[in-house]
Amino acid sequence: MQVHQYDVIIVGAGGAGMRAALESSKRTRTAVLTKLYPTRSHTGAAQGGMCAALANVEEDNWEWHTFDTVKGGDFLVDQDAAEVMCREAVDAVLDLEKMGLPFNRTAEGKIDQRFFGGHTRNHGEAVVRRSCFAADRTGHMILQTLYQQCIKQNVEFFNEFYVLDLLMTDGKASGVVAYELATGELHVFSAKSVIFASGGFGKVFRTTSNAHTLTGDGMGIVWRKGLPLEDMEFFQFHPTGLAGLGVLLSEAARGEGGILRNKDNERFMERYAPTVKDLAPRDMVARAMANEVREGRGCGPDGAYVMLDLTHLEPAHIDAKLPDITEFARTYLGVEPYTEQIPVFPTAHYAMGGIPTNIKGEALADNDNVIPGLYAAGEVACVSVHGANRLGTNSLLDINVFGRRAGIAAAEYAATAAFEELPANPEAYVVELVEGLRNSTGEERIAAIRSDLQATMDLNAQVYRTEGSLKQALVDIAALKLRFGKVGVQDKGKRFNTDLLEAVELGFLLDLAEVLVVSALERKESRGGHFREDYDKRDDVNFMRHTMAYREVDADGNETIRLDYKPVVQTRYKPMERKY
Amino acid sequence: MDVKVKILRYNPEVVDEAEWKTYSVTLQPTDRVLDALHKVKWEQDGTLTFRRSCAHGVCGSDAMRINGRNRLACKTLIKDLNPEKEITVEPIKGLPVLKDLVVDMEPFFDAYRSVMPFLVTSGHEPTRERIQSQADRDRFDDTTKCILCAACTTSCPVFWSDGQYFGPQAIVGAHRFIFDSRDEGTEQRLEILNDKEGVWRCRTTFNCTDACPRGIEVTKAIQEVKRALIFRRV
Repeated sequence: MQVHQYDVIIVGAGGAGMRAALESSKRTRTAVLTKLYPTRSHTGAAQGGMCAALANVEEDNWEWHTFDTVKGGDFLVDQDAAEVMCREAVDAVLDLEKMGLPFNRTAEGKIDQRFFGGHTRNHGEAVVRRSCFAADRTGHMILQTLYQQCIKQNVEFFNEFYVLDLLMTDGKASGVVAYELATGELHVFSAKSVIFASGGFGKVFRTTSNAHTLTGDGMGIVWRKGLPLEDMEFFQFHPTGLAGLGVLLSEAARGEGGILRNKDNERFMERYAPTVKDLAPRDMVARAMANEVREGRGCGPDGAYVMLDLTHLEPAHIDAKLPDITEFARTYLGVEPYTEQIPVFPTAHYAMGGIPTNIKGEALADNDNVIPGLYAAGEVACVSVHGANRLGTNSLLDINVFGRRAGIAAAEYAATAAFEELPANPEAYVVELVEGLRNSTGEERIAAIRSDLQATMDLNAQVYRTEGSLKQALVDIAALKLRFGKVGVQDKGKRFNTDLLEAVELGFLLDLAEVLVVSALERKESRGGHFREDYDKRDDVNFMRHTMAYREVDADGNETIRLDYKPVVQTRYKPMERKY
Repeated sequence: MDVKVKILRYNPEVVDEAEWKTYSVTLQPTDRVLDALHKVKWEQDGTLTFRRSCAHGVCGSDAMRINGRNRLACKTLIKDLNPEKEITVEPIKGLPVLKDLVVDMEPFFDAYRSVMPFLVTSGHEPTRERIQSQADRDRFDDTTKCILCAACTTSCPVFWSDGQYFGPQAIVGAHRFIFDSRDEGTEQRLEILNDKEGVWRCRTTFNCTDACPRGIEVTKAIQEVKRALIFRRV
């Protein structure tokens, strides 16, 4: 075992982690621990853009953006946080341009902007061009640009180091324990500040746009420490996943004029959102699509999907603005988007919930108190700027604004704080976890358990939920946890043991799926991405509040989930009916 | 359909030399090679080791040599590989193999990092964005698509025989900035590429262009850098 010491440790090297690293590493000694090479992170899969009220192509301002974010999140957004994000959005985009990001340009050579779902002029009057973009690979360009800046700034990376535990001393963060994939060796990192920027957990679902590696490790680690997770019932289903595969086709396809059609070739979104139509927020479009399919207006042999129609767009326009996603359609479905409609269906995309933080990125121990030295940013965190439903492009914005803020806050804290003494045998938990799995000889296979978990989540906790379906999911998860106790890891080696790590990741997925379902069961209303058929209206009297879930273990070692609630911060905007 | 997948296995903890192993898996014609590898790992042999993440061709983790050609496993469909015959899968060439299909990526990333792959500017920063015409932006569009998967570099015969050569990807990475109208680091970058292990080692075999899963015209980019070196202008 090796021991290291840094002022700031950042866990994860996607957009949020590297944006934090650029701030932190110029102020103090910083290391980034990442289970992937930085450029493999899933920020690179983001496509459509990053919204900011630059007003480069039409009138716009950050207050309108704030309103859209709050309304898009079905008023569960903490409005102080949304205001910070939308106000700083302009500088966040300009910062990236100055770092070299190759945005598409207007005729005057300024950053070009385009339409995106839920982004409107003057509080919902009409759609507005607010999304700054680089073709349909904006996330790729952000990830590359941030990595390039990290190279320039000599940021220290530990690539393919899996962080598996957070160390705490007297209620403060004091370090992490990491597993080095190449050697199987454990490393203890002592630190004054720890920033989690490790992304989401979309792999609890089968149909998902998420990478295989998005297994919620950061959330799972914090959860096992007895620290809260906020609003875990809110998971976004992106309307346009490639049917059957879940591969993401950007909302930019609709921003550029694409239209959703059912089997009668009807532009059905006109019925659901008369003003903004296909550019309604994602939760509404996803539900509308699922409803078309349920009511028998789906396409294909089983009526299982709807169509995304780009055929009325000029091929040159498609090539210039949407080259990657049209190639996905060609590669994976053999569909030519110039002339054929593309089969699409909602795909699990983004966790609105996560580690609760304040607007500085400081992680919360409960409703009121921060955990000294612990920070979170990006999808792993819940600030909450996305509330019950995130608007398209606001995740790339979130990682840049709050990644930066967390990096600054963590470095500033480290400047005055002392290193905490590490707990005795700091690696003990990870040794037990890893060696327990490595030496396991059970009959159960990791992939079978994971597949059954994903099946029950897709069936019972997706776009439409009921008390019955959620209870079924809970029963299934409990049974899967028992099976997980009898799992057998086949690879017993030290070197690049991905078999072992898939087992560790599955453990996190099982924990987080349960938190999601328990939180969803108790939210007896429909809001944003959480839709309960048995409680199909929003209920502001009883549920205008964030869910705070805690893991509790009694004296006999029995685990339970305790739910508490946290008020929503409302500043300018009173809740109103959400129509588009 | 039943498909035979022949994989070059190597685990230095267990054996001294790599050996081929053949697995039989049931697949749909539209499945990807990555699906085949997952089926082997998840249903037959958990020790099979490879890198993967996004599974749709944007993260660059799973470049490998499939039927003798560098490709991304997640972007290669079974039906496009003549699946009546055995499909062969082996690690990309020219980088040290660490286990099965996992190679040491450090020499590759070192080459990328050595060409100053970041925007270099001087003087005061503007308050708003730097102005750039769409035509100037289009000038380097092709090379911004690179996902650092190493398919190009490890398809290059010069790179195989001369481990010191920067390789095509590093030149692509430099090209992306050399032809960016906002950048002021061209002189330094060209000097780095003028090295004896730089662009002049390229023998224009076009393997790299064929290998690129992003469709980048890699050889053309290298030729443009050579021309910029000769004429000292971009």
